[in-house]
Amino acid sequence: MSLGPYASFILTSYALATVVVLILIAWIAIDYRRQKERLRELDASGIVRRSGRSAMDIR
Amino acid sequence: MTLIDLANPTRFLTLTARLLPWLAASTAALLLVGLYQSAVAPDDYQQGATVKIMFIHVPNAWLSMFVWGVMSLAALGTLVWRHPLADVAAKAAAPIGASFTFLALVTGSLWGRPMWGTYWEWDARLTSVLILFLMYLGLIALWRAVEDPSRAARAAAILTLVGAINLPIIKFSVDWWNTLHQPASVMRIGGPSLDRAFLIPLLVMALAFSLLFLTLHLAAMRNEILRRRVRALQMMQASQRSA
Repeated sequence: MSLGPYASFILTSYALATVVVLILIAWIAIDYRRQKERLRELDASGIVRRSGRSAMDIR
Repeated sequence: MTLIDLANPTRFLTLTARLLPWLAASTAALLLVGLYQSAVAPDDYQQGATVKIMFIHVPNAWLSMFVWGVMSLAALGTLVWRHPLADVAAKAAAPIGASFTFLALVTGSLWGRPMWGTYWEWDARLTSVLILFLMYLGLIALWRAVEDPSRAARAAAILTLVGAINLPIIKFSVDWWNTLHQPASVMRIGGPSLDRAFLIPLLVMALAFSLLFLTLHLAAMRNEILRRRVRALQMMQASQRSA
């Protein structure tokens, strides 16, 4: 597959899209872990939700 | 589970936990198919291989507007029904929409340089999409600046609905003004003007990116619900300590 004289423009476009999507996925995954960690700390300190359920009960 | 059940954040989390693995797998599979079809698509007789940038640029450009449309519906949910999940949906969508808009601008610029001879032109389409990108950043800044989510929700909803005026301007800018950007070639009266060899990979990539948005949006909404739960519990903890 030859990409011709503008190969660098094509490859940069695909590479950039890949990087941005991976950053989005990583950001969301890290944020999820951070929120779960905070809930775990609150649960360990004895705080329960108004419904009486554990802070860690996220379902 | 009925639609009204989804309005309950806890039930929403349950459904999200069930759906996310399937959505992520479907997105990955469809992206692989789309990337393969993009790679083997023939060169355009005028543009050569640079037409492959279209398979990345166009889905991101569509989604940049679609995501703002989703946020506008969510803004109505915030202002009319005052539903907390509506603001969660809008806030979670904004960074994803900003990323798609950024990719549409940059890949468009990289496509424009070999085709038009310039990376940027202040024409109506490019400028209106740049304004959309700046509006996304403004909304994200607004949500970050106001600590109380319920206070930020109303201001963000109004700003989102005002910003929605830009959507038809972006869509019809190529018809209303003389622009360097080409007119619509897929969503147009009379059907797509693209050859099937380009149209099919483009539609597969558009579907793949749409599924990617749905997956990331649900995951980001889940995170936002948990963030608000953390905040509520921290406030309970603080009030218990002060009592």
